[in-house]
Amino acid sequence: MGKILVFCEHLNGKIKRSAQELLTAGKKSGNTVVAVAVGAQSPSLAAEVGKYGAQEFHVFKDPSFDQYNPELFTQMAADIIQKSGAQIVLASSSSIGKDLFPRVAARLQSGILSDCTQLTIQGDSVLATRPVYSAKCFAKMAFTDSPVQFVLMRANQLPIEESGGTAPSAQEHTVTPSTPLRTLIKEVVKGASEKLDLTEANIIVSGGRGLKEAGNFKLLQELADVLGATVGASRAVVDAGWVPHGMQVGQTGKTVAPTLYIAIGISGAIQHLAGMSGSKVIVAINNDPNAPIFQKATYGIVGDLFEVVPKLTEEFKKALHH
Amino acid sequence: MKIFVCVKQVPDTETKVKIAADNKSVDTAAVKWVMNPYDEFAVEEGIKLRDANAGSQLWVVTVGPKKRAVEVVRTALAMGADEAIVVDSPELLEPLQTAKALANVIQQEGGAQMIFSGKMAIDDNAGSVSQMLAEFLNIPHTTVVSKFSASGEAVIVERDIEGGAKEIVQMQMPAVVAANKGLNMPRYASLPGIMKAKKKTIKEIDWAAAKVDLAAKTAIQSMELPPEKPAVKMIAGDAAKQAADLVHALRDEAKAL
Repeated sequence: MGKILVFCEHLNGKIKRSAQELLTAGKKSGNTVVAVAVGAQSPSLAAEVGKYGAQEFHVFKDPSFDQYNPELFTQMAADIIQKSGAQIVLASSSSIGKDLFPRVAARLQSGILSDCTQLTIQGDSVLATRPVYSAKCFAKMAFTDSPVQFVLMRANQLPIEESGGTAPSAQEHTVTPSTPLRTLIKEVVKGASEKLDLTEANIIVSGGRGLKEAGNFKLLQELADVLGATVGASRAVVDAGWVPHGMQVGQTGKTVAPTLYIAIGISGAIQHLAGMSGSKVIVAINNDPNAPIFQKATYGIVGDLFEVVPKLTEEFKKALHH
Repeated sequence: MKIFVCVKQVPDTETKVKIAADNKSVDTAAVKWVMNPYDEFAVEEGIKLRDANAGSQLWVVTVGPKKRAVEVVRTALAMGADEAIVVDSPELLEPLQTAKALANVIQQEGGAQMIFSGKMAIDDNAGSVSQMLAEFLNIPHTTVVSKFSASGEAVIVERDIEGGAKEIVQMQMPAVVAANKGLNMPRYASLPGIMKAKKKTIKEIDWAAAKVDLAAKTAIQSMELPPEKPAVKMIAGDAAKQAADLVHALRDEAKAL
């Protein structure tokens, strides 16, 4: 059996759910699972990665790894992939994953499948499904003679299972850049929201033009707070300047696939549907019974959102907190 | 300063996708082709940078089947690019091959001080070419960029990351910047611009001359449409009843809470 390397992102001393999913997938394939984590906290994650099936654990604990830098991370990833002898690399299709691994794949003259929604690994053969044409269709892809097979998975797509494994010892590594870095991260400006990003959220409450004005987004915020959800928006209201572009769901915004997507006052333009139709359960609330969003919805409510949404917030409060 | 913008032609966002008879590709017969929306931001930023630096030149380059790909560089010329190159490629390249072709052609043209592209193409959704191109040229890159400024050899950009946060990144030229929505407002091509673009000579490069020495590393096994959703369940009644019934259904039937 070969080796699968899993790049584990972590936050507040815990590996992210996406990393748990990838470790589980690696473990199930029967390959040896090699976990990699970076940053000052990384050595403390050994028990966590072991719990989900990692047998080897490599860390880069130099504080320079607490902040993502494409050049530094490319060298780190290429080095550890080669040192570990892994033929398969799994990482999250996150801000870091999507930026970093195409460059690493190019350095190793290898193929990469990004933004995948399904993954099957048998021995060293990998089959992954990825949405193309903004999820209007799905491509089942395999590798052909790629030295390393890179797969970037979307979060919340795979099951997690604790394997009951013990903590592997954390092997420490360092990177000496071969050339001085030409990229410098000067500052990170925090977002307004402390909530999970749309691409990681398990529940999303999204609003469109039916809300009539920017101020009415607070109705959605109240509902989202009760549900622990992240708030999204349609292109129309982003273009109108009601909310920032980071909140846009759709073909020129974010592609999301939460367990529950609640579309409020969104008619469902094809470019919006493309970004959210992978959601497991979709609720549409709209005053127009002919709105296209109802064709994609699991549950539909025709009604005045200004009446329905506050009632819904109350009902969820009752259901979830009693 | 020599500035390159890499663009791609993609099916219009309103296109309904039909899977071709081979079950491995998309039927493009009825497709209306447009410039990838993210590439419009890249072209606009290239024009602004050129205009801010006297004596600069803006080159637009695309890799794709010549017959239709030529249209996308004409659009960029009409917006204001100075020179255009089409690398006549087979259909369905993978990002690694596209990036290699772009790197080789940019080097054959004497290199670039600055390269812009869109953060991803909305057809194959990979978002990989910019980073791979930077790697092949051994220069820095930043993706998902919503603000750009340059002074001398230094570039300062804002990169959008998760949770609405931003990284302020400084790079040394030459560099690759992959544009996100919000970077600027792309201009429309003016009528004189369109007339001028029609008369421009577009440089064509054969696939062989692009010297891509990398075979495909991945292959499509099959294409599928999304699974049919069961019909929507409409929830009737007044607002209070609708809200109560919906929560009940989500909790007990869909088990989504």
